[in-house]
Amino acid sequence: MYSAKIKVTLRKSILDPQGKAVEHSIQSLGYKNILDTRIGKYIELKINASNDTEAKKITDEVCSKLLANPVMEDYEFEVINVNGAKQ
Amino acid sequence: MSKAKFGVVVFPGSNCDHDAYNTLKHILNQDTEFLWHKDSSIGDKNVIIIPGGFSFGDYLRCGAIARFSNIMKDVVRFANNGGIVMGICNGFQIVCEAGLLPGTLLRNASLKFACKNVSLNIENKKTIFTSKYIGEVKKDQISLPVAHGDGNYFCDGDTLKELDDNGQVVFRYEDGDNPNGALDNIAGIMNKKGNVLGMMPHPERNSEDIVGGHDGRYIFESVIQSLN
Repeated sequence: MYSAKIKVTLRKSILDPQGKAVEHSIQSLGYKNILDTRIGKYIELKINASNDTEAKKITDEVCSKLLANPVMEDYEFEVINVNGAKQ
Repeated sequence: MSKAKFGVVVFPGSNCDHDAYNTLKHILNQDTEFLWHKDSSIGDKNVIIIPGGFSFGDYLRCGAIARFSNIMKDVVRFANNGGIVMGICNGFQIVCEAGLLPGTLLRNASLKFACKNVSLNIENKKTIFTSKYIGEVKKDQISLPVAHGDGNYFCDGDTLKELDDNGQVVFRYEDGDNPNGALDNIAGIMNKKGNVLGMMPHPERNSEDIVGGHDGRYIFESVIQSLN
Protein backbone atom coordinates (compact mmCIF):
# COMPACT_ATOMS: atom_id res chain seq x y z
CA MET A 1 0.00 0.00 0.00
CA TYR A 2 1.25 3.43 -0.98
CA SER A 3 0.22 6.91 -0.03
CA ALA A 4 0.56 9.82 -2.45
CA LYS A 5 0.68 13.35 -1.08
CA ILE A 6 -0.14 15.79 -3.85
CA LYS A 7 0.15 19.57 -4.00
CA VAL A 8 -1.72 21.46 -6.73
CA THR A 9 -0.87 25.14 -7.10
CA LEU A 10 -1.77 27.91 -9.49
CA ARG A 11 0.96 28.40 -12.08
CA LYS A 12 3.42 31.13 -11.21
CA SER A 13 2.28 33.28 -14.14
CA ILE A 14 -1.30 33.37 -12.88
CA LEU A 15 -2.47 35.98 -10.42
CA ASP A 16 -3.87 34.39 -7.27
CA PRO A 17 -6.48 36.83 -5.92
CA GLN A 18 -7.25 34.55 -2.98
CA GLY A 19 -3.59 34.50 -2.02
CA LYS A 20 -3.47 38.29 -2.33
CA ALA A 21 -6.47 38.70 -0.01
CA VAL A 22 -4.87 36.42 2.59
CA GLU A 23 -1.55 38.26 2.20
CA HIS A 24 -3.24 41.57 2.98
CA SER A 25 -4.78 39.98 6.05
CA ILE A 26 -1.40 38.62 7.17
CA GLN A 27 0.13 42.08 6.73
CA SER A 28 -2.68 43.65 8.72
CA LEU A 29 -1.57 41.37 11.59
CA GLY A 30 1.74 43.19 11.47
CA TYR A 31 3.86 40.62 9.60
CA LYS A 32 5.46 43.06 7.17
CA ASN A 33 8.12 40.49 6.27
CA ILE A 34 5.66 38.19 4.42
CA LEU A 35 6.36 38.95 0.78
CA ASP A 36 4.08 36.60 -1.13
CA THR A 37 1.16 34.27 -0.43
CA ARG A 38 -0.11 31.60 -2.79
CA ILE A 39 -2.99 29.22 -2.10
CA GLY A 40 -3.23 25.70 -3.46
CA LYS A 41 -4.77 22.32 -2.79
CA TYR A 42 -3.46 19.31 -0.93
CA ILE A 43 -4.74 15.86 -1.90
CA GLU A 44 -3.92 12.44 -0.47
CA LEU A 45 -4.45 9.15 -2.27
CA LYS A 46 -4.13 5.59 -0.95
CA ILE A 47 -2.86 3.41 -3.76
CA ASN A 48 -2.77 -0.32 -4.14
CA ALA A 49 0.37 -0.81 -6.27
CA SER A 50 3.05 -3.49 -6.45
CA ASN A 51 6.00 -1.08 -6.35
CA ASP A 52 6.82 2.59 -6.03
CA THR A 53 7.37 3.07 -9.78
CA GLU A 54 3.84 1.89 -10.46
CA ALA A 55 2.43 4.03 -7.63
CA LYS A 56 4.18 7.11 -9.01
CA LYS A 57 2.96 6.38 -12.53
CA ILE A 58 -0.65 6.06 -11.33
CA THR A 59 -0.36 9.27 -9.29
CA ASP A 60 1.08 11.19 -12.21
CA GLU A 61 -1.71 9.99 -14.52
CA VAL A 62 -4.45 10.93 -12.08
CA CYS A 63 -2.87 14.36 -11.56
CA SER A 64 -2.58 15.14 -15.25
CA LYS A 65 -6.03 13.80 -16.16
CA LEU A 66 -8.14 15.10 -13.30
CA LEU A 67 -6.54 16.63 -10.21
CA ALA A 68 -4.76 19.50 -11.97
CA ASN A 69 -5.62 21.55 -15.04
CA PRO A 70 -2.37 22.21 -16.90
CA VAL A 71 -3.70 25.49 -18.34
CA MET A 72 -3.66 27.07 -14.90
CA GLU A 73 -2.10 24.67 -12.40
CA ASP A 74 1.12 22.84 -11.59
CA TYR A 75 1.35 19.78 -9.40
CA GLU A 76 3.98 17.95 -7.42
CA PHE A 77 3.74 14.85 -5.29
CA GLU A 78 5.57 12.39 -3.14
CA VAL A 79 4.76 8.73 -2.86
CA ILE A 80 5.28 6.89 0.42
CA ASN A 81 5.19 3.17 1.06
CA VAL A 82 2.93 3.16 4.09
CA ASN A 83 4.22 -0.22 5.19
CA GLY A 84 7.84 0.81 5.07
CA ALA A 85 10.37 3.52 4.29
CA LYS A 86 9.78 6.64 2.20
CA GLN A 87 10.39 5.99 -1.51
CA MET B 1 -39.34 25.30 -40.61
CA SER B 2 -38.81 21.86 -39.10
CA LYS B 3 -38.18 21.56 -35.39
CA ALA B 4 -34.64 21.06 -34.12
CA LYS B 5 -33.91 18.40 -31.51
CA PHE B 6 -32.27 19.90 -28.44
CA GLY B 7 -30.78 17.98 -25.51
CA VAL B 8 -30.18 19.74 -22.20
CA VAL B 9 -27.67 17.82 -20.07
CA VAL B 10 -28.49 17.66 -16.36
CA PHE B 11 -25.76 17.09 -13.77
CA PRO B 12 -26.23 17.00 -10.00
CA GLY B 13 -26.07 20.71 -9.19
CA SER B 14 -27.18 22.06 -12.58
CA ASN B 15 -29.56 24.97 -11.96
CA CYS B 16 -30.10 26.63 -15.35
CA ASP B 17 -31.28 23.44 -17.02
CA HIS B 18 -34.94 24.39 -16.66
CA ASP B 19 -34.33 27.93 -17.97
CA ALA B 20 -32.73 26.45 -21.09
CA TYR B 21 -35.52 23.87 -21.44
CA ASN B 22 -38.21 26.55 -21.04
CA THR B 23 -36.61 28.79 -23.66
CA LEU B 24 -36.22 26.03 -26.21
CA LYS B 25 -39.41 24.07 -25.59
CA HIS B 26 -41.95 26.72 -24.64
CA ILE B 27 -40.67 29.98 -26.17
CA LEU B 28 -39.07 28.61 -29.33
CA ASN B 29 -41.29 25.53 -29.67
CA GLN B 30 -38.44 23.08 -30.41
CA ASP B 31 -38.23 19.36 -29.57
CA THR B 32 -36.36 19.48 -26.27
CA GLU B 33 -35.39 16.77 -23.79
CA PHE B 34 -33.33 16.58 -20.65
CA LEU B 35 -30.36 14.18 -20.74
CA TRP B 36 -29.15 12.75 -17.41
CA HIS B 37 -25.42 12.76 -16.81
CA LYS B 38 -25.42 8.98 -16.40
CA ASP B 39 -26.94 8.41 -19.83
CA SER B 40 -24.50 6.96 -22.32
CA SER B 41 -26.00 8.38 -25.51
CA ILE B 42 -27.38 11.74 -26.59
CA GLY B 43 -29.56 9.99 -29.18
CA ASP B 44 -30.42 11.82 -32.39
CA LYS B 45 -30.16 15.37 -31.03
CA ASN B 46 -29.09 18.25 -33.28
CA VAL B 47 -27.89 20.51 -30.48
CA ILE B 48 -26.57 19.82 -26.97
CA ILE B 49 -26.83 22.44 -24.23
CA ILE B 50 -24.48 22.12 -21.25
CA PRO B 51 -26.30 24.40 -18.81
CA GLY B 52 -25.22 26.61 -15.97
CA GLY B 53 -25.12 25.70 -12.31
CA PHE B 54 -22.68 24.15 -9.89
CA SER B 55 -22.23 20.64 -11.23
CA PHE B 56 -20.92 18.30 -8.53
CA GLY B 57 -20.75 21.27 -6.16
CA ASP B 58 -17.83 22.80 -8.10
CA TYR B 59 -15.66 20.34 -6.15
CA LEU B 60 -11.98 20.16 -7.16
CA ARG B 61 -12.39 22.73 -10.00
CA CYS B 62 -15.51 24.02 -11.74
CA GLY B 63 -16.47 21.47 -14.38
CA ALA B 64 -13.63 19.05 -13.62
CA ILE B 65 -15.84 16.23 -12.36
CA ALA B 66 -18.76 16.77 -14.76
CA ARG B 67 -16.31 16.53 -17.61
CA PHE B 68 -15.84 12.83 -16.83
CA SER B 69 -19.57 12.08 -16.59
CA ASN B 70 -20.79 9.20 -18.69
CA ILE B 71 -22.76 11.40 -21.11
CA MET B 72 -19.75 13.61 -21.83
CA LYS B 73 -18.03 10.85 -23.83
CA ASP B 74 -20.87 10.97 -26.32
CA VAL B 75 -21.05 14.79 -26.21
CA VAL B 76 -17.33 14.99 -27.07
CA ARG B 77 -17.76 12.45 -29.88
CA PHE B 78 -20.74 14.46 -31.19
CA ALA B 79 -18.80 17.75 -31.05
CA ASN B 80 -15.76 16.25 -32.76
CA ASN B 81 -18.05 15.13 -35.60
CA GLY B 82 -19.30 18.70 -36.04
CA GLY B 83 -22.35 18.52 -33.75
CA ILE B 84 -23.49 21.79 -32.17
CA VAL B 85 -22.67 22.15 -28.47
CA MET B 86 -23.38 25.22 -26.35
CA GLY B 87 -21.80 25.50 -22.91
CA ILE B 88 -23.28 28.26 -20.81
CA CYS B 89 -21.64 29.45 -17.57
CA ASN B 90 -20.82 26.20 -15.73
CA GLY B 91 -21.31 24.60 -19.14
CA PHE B 92 -18.52 26.81 -20.52
CA GLN B 93 -16.27 25.60 -17.69
CA ILE B 94 -17.22 21.98 -18.47
CA VAL B 95 -16.52 22.21 -22.23
CA CYS B 96 -13.15 23.84 -21.48
CA GLU B 97 -12.28 21.06 -19.04
CA ALA B 98 -13.39 18.52 -21.66
CA GLY B 99 -10.94 20.02 -24.14
CA LEU B 100 -13.64 21.13 -26.59
CA LEU B 101 -12.55 24.75 -26.15
CA PRO B 102 -9.10 26.13 -25.27
CA GLY B 103 -8.30 27.92 -22.03
CA THR B 104 -10.00 27.87 -18.66
CA LEU B 105 -12.11 29.98 -16.28
CA LEU B 106 -10.30 31.26 -13.20
CA ARG B 107 -11.78 32.67 -10.00
CA ASN B 108 -13.22 36.16 -10.53
CA ALA B 109 -10.43 38.69 -10.00
CA SER B 110 -12.58 40.49 -7.40
CA LEU B 111 -13.15 37.17 -5.54
CA LYS B 112 -16.82 38.21 -5.51
CA PHE B 113 -19.70 36.34 -7.08
CA ALA B 114 -20.85 38.51 -10.02
CA CYS B 115 -24.63 38.69 -10.42
CA LYS B 116 -25.72 41.52 -12.73
CA ASN B 117 -26.58 42.46 -16.29
CA VAL B 118 -23.60 43.21 -18.53
CA SER B 119 -23.19 44.82 -21.95
CA LEU B 120 -21.72 42.47 -24.51
CA ASN B 121 -20.24 43.34 -27.87
CA ILE B 122 -20.91 40.78 -30.56
CA GLU B 123 -17.43 40.34 -31.98
CA ASN B 124 -18.28 37.86 -34.72
CA LYS B 125 -21.71 37.75 -36.36
CA LYS B 126 -20.75 35.26 -39.03
CA THR B 127 -21.31 32.27 -36.76
CA ILE B 128 -24.17 29.82 -36.39
CA PHE B 129 -24.73 31.33 -32.93
CA THR B 130 -24.97 35.01 -33.89
CA SER B 131 -26.21 35.23 -37.47
CA LYS B 132 -29.59 36.63 -36.36
CA TYR B 133 -27.87 39.80 -35.17
CA ILE B 134 -26.93 40.61 -38.78
CA GLY B 135 -30.39 40.17 -40.21
CA GLU B 136 -33.66 41.36 -38.80
CA VAL B 137 -32.27 42.17 -35.36
CA LYS B 138 -29.20 44.22 -36.38
CA LYS B 139 -27.46 44.63 -33.06
CA ASP B 140 -23.79 45.12 -32.22
CA GLN B 141 -24.31 45.14 -28.49
CA ILE B 142 -26.68 43.16 -26.27
CA SER B 143 -27.35 43.00 -22.55
CA LEU B 144 -27.34 39.62 -20.78
CA PRO B 145 -27.20 38.53 -17.14
CA VAL B 146 -24.11 36.95 -15.60
CA ALA B 147 -24.07 34.95 -12.37
CA HIS B 148 -20.78 33.28 -11.53
CA GLY B 149 -17.80 33.15 -9.19
CA ASP B 150 -15.36 31.66 -11.68
CA GLY B 151 -15.72 33.42 -15.02
CA ASN B 152 -12.29 34.93 -15.47
CA TYR B 153 -11.34 33.55 -18.89
CA PHE B 154 -7.65 32.75 -19.24
CA CYS B 155 -5.45 31.21 -21.91
CA ASP B 156 -1.81 31.57 -22.95
CA GLY B 157 -0.64 34.21 -25.42
CA ASP B 158 -0.39 31.89 -28.42
CA THR B 159 -3.93 30.62 -27.86
CA LEU B 160 -5.24 34.18 -27.52
CA LYS B 161 -3.64 35.15 -30.82
CA GLU B 162 -5.15 32.09 -32.47
CA LEU B 163 -8.60 32.93 -31.08
CA ASP B 164 -8.31 36.47 -32.47
CA ASP B 165 -6.88 35.44 -35.82
CA ASN B 166 -9.62 32.88 -36.43
CA GLY B 167 -12.52 35.06 -35.27
CA GLN B 168 -13.20 32.64 -32.41
CA VAL B 169 -13.95 35.37 -29.87
CA VAL B 170 -17.73 35.66 -30.22
CA PHE B 171 -18.59 37.95 -27.29
CA ARG B 172 -16.61 40.52 -25.33
CA TYR B 173 -17.70 42.50 -22.30
CA GLU B 174 -18.00 46.19 -23.05
CA ASP B 175 -14.94 48.06 -21.76
CA GLY B 176 -15.56 48.86 -18.09
CA ASP B 177 -18.26 46.19 -17.79
CA ASN B 178 -15.99 43.15 -17.38
CA PRO B 179 -17.41 41.46 -14.26
CA ASN B 180 -14.62 38.98 -13.61
CA GLY B 181 -11.26 40.19 -14.95
CA ALA B 182 -11.42 37.99 -18.06
CA LEU B 183 -8.47 38.25 -20.42
CA ASP B 184 -9.16 40.80 -23.18
CA ASN B 185 -12.76 41.15 -21.92
CA ILE B 186 -13.57 37.71 -23.35
CA ALA B 187 -17.11 36.57 -22.49
CA GLY B 188 -17.63 33.84 -25.06
CA ILE B 189 -15.57 31.86 -27.57
CA MET B 190 -16.10 29.11 -30.10
CA ASN B 191 -13.85 26.37 -31.42
CA LYS B 192 -12.04 26.70 -34.73
CA LYS B 193 -14.68 24.72 -36.62
CA GLY B 194 -17.38 26.99 -35.20
CA ASN B 195 -19.67 24.26 -33.84
CA VAL B 196 -18.88 24.57 -30.11
CA LEU B 197 -19.69 27.76 -28.20
CA GLY B 198 -18.84 28.56 -24.59
CA MET B 199 -20.05 31.71 -22.86
CA MET B 200 -20.33 32.97 -19.29
CA PRO B 201 -23.46 35.17 -19.74
CA HIS B 202 -26.89 33.55 -19.74
CA PRO B 203 -28.91 33.92 -22.97
CA GLU B 204 -31.47 31.41 -21.67
CA ARG B 205 -32.30 33.78 -18.81
CA ASN B 206 -32.96 36.59 -21.25
CA SER B 207 -35.29 35.12 -23.84
CA GLU B 208 -38.66 36.70 -23.05
CA ASP B 209 -39.59 40.19 -21.95
CA ILE B 210 -41.23 39.02 -18.72
CA VAL B 211 -37.70 38.35 -17.38
CA GLY B 212 -36.36 41.70 -18.55
CA GLY B 213 -35.47 41.25 -22.21
CA HIS B 214 -35.04 38.88 -25.10
CA ASP B 215 -31.60 39.72 -26.50
CA GLY B 216 -30.45 36.20 -25.65
CA ARG B 217 -33.21 34.45 -27.58
CA TYR B 218 -31.58 35.35 -30.92
CA ILE B 219 -28.59 33.16 -30.09
CA PHE B 220 -30.86 30.10 -29.97
CA GLU B 221 -32.82 31.35 -33.00
CA SER B 222 -29.55 31.67 -34.95
CA VAL B 223 -28.73 28.03 -34.16
CA ILE B 224 -32.21 26.89 -35.20
CA GLN B 225 -31.93 28.87 -38.41
CA SER B 226 -28.56 27.25 -39.18
CA LEU B 227 -30.21 23.81 -39.03
CA ASN B 228 -32.92 24.66 -41.56
